[in-house]
Amino acid sequence: MSVGVAGVGDQIARAAETSRLRRSIGRAARRDRLAVAAALALLAIVLAGVLAPWLPLLDPDTVDTPNRLKPPLSPGHRLGTDEFGRDLLARLIWGARVSLLAGVATAAGAMVLGVALGVLGGFYTGWVETVVMRLTDILMAFPYILLAIAIVAGLGPGLRNAMVAIAIVGFPIYTRLVRGVVLSLREREFVEAARALGATDPLILGRHILPHLLSPVIVAFSLDVGAKILATAGLSFLGLGTQPPTADWGSMLATGRQFVVLSPHVVLLPGLAIFAVVLALNLVGDALRDLLDPRTHPR
Amino acid sequence: MRRYVVRRLLLLVPVLLGVSIIIFMVLHLSPGDPAEIMLGSQATQADLERLRAELGLTEPLYVQYVHWLGLVARGDLGRSIWMKRPVLAEVLARFKATLILTGAGLVLSTAAGLALGIASAIRPNSPLDRLSAVASLFGASMPVFWLGIVLMVIFALWLGWLPASGMYAPYGGGDLRDLLAHLALPAVTLAAASVTIIARLTRSTMLETLGQDYIRTARAKGVVERAVVLRHGLKNALIPIVTVVGVQAGYLLGGAVLTETVFAWPGVGTLMVQGILARDFPLVQGCVLVVALSFVVINLAVDLLYAWLDPRIRYE
Repeated sequence: MSVGVAGVGDQIARAAETSRLRRSIGRAARRDRLAVAAALALLAIVLAGVLAPWLPLLDPDTVDTPNRLKPPLSPGHRLGTDEFGRDLLARLIWGARVSLLAGVATAAGAMVLGVALGVLGGFYTGWVETVVMRLTDILMAFPYILLAIAIVAGLGPGLRNAMVAIAIVGFPIYTRLVRGVVLSLREREFVEAARALGATDPLILGRHILPHLLSPVIVAFSLDVGAKILATAGLSFLGLGTQPPTADWGSMLATGRQFVVLSPHVVLLPGLAIFAVVLALNLVGDALRDLLDPRTHPR
Repeated sequence: MRRYVVRRLLLLVPVLLGVSIIIFMVLHLSPGDPAEIMLGSQATQADLERLRAELGLTEPLYVQYVHWLGLVARGDLGRSIWMKRPVLAEVLARFKATLILTGAGLVLSTAAGLALGIASAIRPNSPLDRLSAVASLFGASMPVFWLGIVLMVIFALWLGWLPASGMYAPYGGGDLRDLLAHLALPAVTLAAASVTIIARLTRSTMLETLGQDYIRTARAKGVVERAVVLRHGLKNALIPIVTVVGVQAGYLLGGAVLTETVFAWPGVGTLMVQGILARDFPLVQGCVLVVALSFVVINLAVDLLYAWLDPRIRYE
């Protein structure tokens, strides 16, 4: 199989690009050891969540009332038990599945919806732009968590409905971000050139506009997952998200509240779990922003 | 300025209409008959008919909306199914408590945020500055309801310095001192995340301002450092700070829902959550409407203040 001259040039350019990216990732990793540690910690938590069914854990939903509210380091229960005697370590790890999945899925939902609307609103002027921008204005006229609560009120409490609500409330951030980028790209020479060559709108959007959106959207997404985990945990805490007996960090906190005086660990542990994951996500997100956006200089 | 105000007020019309449509639709989001959802499976046919007639549920959707909007415009938010009382009076009574909490949170976060931000900007990379950077990262990552519970356990249950919940002591309280004691923990909880945001923004804006030529001129002509920082620096750094404080005011109003639940603060947030769990749609709609309207008003006030502080915005 012969490769054309242009093909070789392309390959060389791509190889150079890959090695440049690898070098800059290496540099960033050396500079930002904290972010690397955070990424590793995140990976460990994600793995624990994914592998939960195969880990040597007790059943997270088995009630064992004689052993209720055992403190951490009790025999058989490394992190103690909750008010029904359920093993806290197992519930935390199974809860990680729900909380992480909820965070990633809601952020992804918000991203897909927000990017699609942002591209439309930025690329097409006229009524499309007006409708998209007014819609985001209206959604942003509510305090974030309040609108999510209102939507859950309509749909009915439950994890799935809470996730739908948070995704709906979250998309305007992406729409605003993407529309701004698309607006500036629309007037650039390469888009005009593509249009002059007879490229259709879908082709221009797919090949010339979307690749430019990748890095700002990745950065926004990585910082957004943490915010979405906090929001779903908040709704679960209010009793509007995950319903018992399913374990999720927010609902564990809510039910543990009544026992906080005698057994603080039932509240401290799920709270620490949320805090640690969101902190790690924020550290990784900040490092990604430094890496992907050369305009923001590292401190 | 007047043209700017008029334009800004006109922009409110589509936003308010949109807000009203969303709040109206809350009742119709879930599949099924709203009357059955509200009254539950035990309701008799007569009860269902009565509620349908009361809420006008037999009419087409747009007729229901126009009818509802007309009532809302006249201040009639309907009757709470759960409390059997008019919604508006109930929500407004609770809204006072929410305003006190949000206001206290805003004052606290603005004062602490400004002080911390200015102190960090005067001595960048000092231990205080580094501490404030770490605190801002922590603030953005900490669930506010968890912080509330931790503070409550430490200061109310272990140390016994402050009351754990409520707005007034059940017996013998009711004065300002009692209110402030009950307010301390919820206000600190609510303000925690905003303090760090305001502090970081104040720091970066102040650093930029303090690097300007006119600051060097002021120092060169012998102005006292305190006046350089406050009169020449802070005054010119205020515009972005005002914006972020405005944004935080809205955020605090929303965050109050969670904080109120932790501390059993008798505000709109706790009322709304109770309303949702009781499937009391008119009550929930009333709560969302009042909070959303105040959010819109805060945003309007911030925009006007912004234009007043910076004349360039008016002529854009």
